Amino acid sequence: MLTRPEKPTLPETGALSVYFDGRAITARPGDSVAAALLAGGVTVTRQTPVTGAARGPYCMMGACFDCLAVVDGRPSVQTCMTQVRDGMRIERQDGARELAIEP
Amino acid sequence: MSTQDTRTADLIIVGGGPAGVSAAIEARSHGLSVLLLDENAAPGGRIWQALETRGAKDADDAEALRILQSYRTCGAEAHWRATVWAIDPDGTVYWSEDGATRSARGGFVLLATGTTERPLPIPGWTLPGVMTVGAAQIALKTAGLVPSGNTWMAGQGPLLLLYAVQALRAGGRFAGVLDLSDPGARWAALPHLPRAARAFTELRKGLLWRREINRAGVQWIRASELLAEGEGALSRIRFRAGGRERTVPADLLLLHDGVIPSVQITRALGLAHSWDAAQRCWKPVTDEWGVSSLPNLLLAGDGAGVGGALAATCAGRLAALGAACALGRIDAATRDTAAEALRAARARHLALRPFLDALYAPRPPQLDDATLVCRCEEVTAGQIRVAAKIGALGLNQLKAFTRCGMGPCQGRMCGATAAEVMAAERGVPVEQIEPYRTRFPTKPLTLGELAALNQDA
Repeated sequence: MLTRPEKPTLPETGALSVYFDGRAITARPGDSVAAALLAGGVTVTRQTPVTGAARGPYCMMGACFDCLAVVDGRPSVQTCMTQVRDGMRIERQDGARELAIEP
Repeated sequence: MSTQDTRTADLIIVGGGPAGVSAAIEARSHGLSVLLLDENAAPGGRIWQALETRGAKDADDAEALRILQSYRTCGAEAHWRATVWAIDPDGTVYWSEDGATRSARGGFVLLATGTTERPLPIPGWTLPGVMTVGAAQIALKTAGLVPSGNTWMAGQGPLLLLYAVQALRAGGRFAGVLDLSDPGARWAALPHLPRAARAFTELRKGLLWRREINRAGVQWIRASELLAEGEGALSRIRFRAGGRERTVPADLLLLHDGVIPSVQITRALGLAHSWDAAQRCWKPVTDEWGVSSLPNLLLAGDGAGVGGALAATCAGRLAALGAACALGRIDAATRDTAAEALRAARARHLALRPFLDALYAPRPPQLDDATLVCRCEEVTAGQIRVAAKIGALGLNQLKAFTRCGMGPCQGRMCGATAAEVMAAERGVPVEQIEPYRTRFPTKPLTLGELAALNQDA
């Protein structure tokens, strides 16, 4: 698994909290959402629309689209390309999205 | 597409890695206006990612940091977290930024979009807990994460060695490395060694990395027939080594088999590509100034053929020199004098490549029918073989037969493998398999973003 080492390799920049399916996860400002989730022990961010198989971050560079999740209510967000923000709410994305039509 | 954009620049650069920032520095020094667009938060691309935050740890980092610092003061306009999703042949570039859509037109457009890792499909490679080595390296560079517990690496290539060393130095631990390279490749690489000796420092670095990994007590196992297993997430891996099958616990498996040019944008533009037999991939065709088959579209860096960061810096500057001359900012004599030293330096940096290409020669995948090739649409190797049997000739027919390559990643993860599987099934060389005809938008965008195009920002 990927974890934060005892002796941090990056300069200290404080801590913030994000919530994955309601559970608080501590993150470092500058982390991508995907990195923060992995460090928090979350490896599954979605279930595929095709077979419902569990998926999680794979490429971490915006190419594979396997780390999609619902972020602050917005579906299909690439969590590896999105930076954490204090209080951010992330939900596992299960299956296909409904088409949201705004009035 | 049409838009009333008024923004223009002499040079629009897509990608702020070594090639992109070097091109920006060179172009600015000749007075060109430069607009640089990159999906990431800061300059550096993959290899120098977050280097300004991490700080230099060795002489290579220090040199890279010096280049990034001169980029920061060169006067180029940069847009970070800007995702380019279309480019018109006339040089108009469209991108999304903060949920808004923007466009600008460049006298020249330089694509410096780098590479993606060559897919290394094995049974179970879609399980959560299986990632690429490059992905773990990004997590290390941007978030300071290190491997621990039952972490295994598998595959081949210089990046695997480099990441192992970087992770160990950062306090990470590995259970082991599964070397999936062809045992015969060492002999095939030998004839290239004399030329590689010109890049002695780099060659020596690789040997020292290998020694550092051994000294850290990481087991190094020559293996084959690797598969990942688990219920909903990775829990163990199986492989064949020393004539017997082994099963070991694993909670993270990092795969790597080298890198190949990202051709999404170059294919969507319809640029000419050529087959690179040594690296077993397509790359866009360029002339000596990085000019593609469209005269206003330039290419530099690993996206035009993998050569590494230092060769990319030279290619970026050569492309900028060519553009500066074409725009009349410098004369041909000035351009050629400046280019001479860059070409010599680039040849030096490329000296190691033929050796590396032979040593880590990509091996055509041997997939069983049940292994997924297309991660998005969950298409297996068996389904691709059936499609080939009933008449699909190339990857574009394959889309219609199976939906392979039609998910959100748009063929980035499956293109190389699907072509190999089809070629083997049809009994033709892989370069005879028609590759995906990629189309814009090359990254998904919302209808709202698209509709915003013709509205005044």
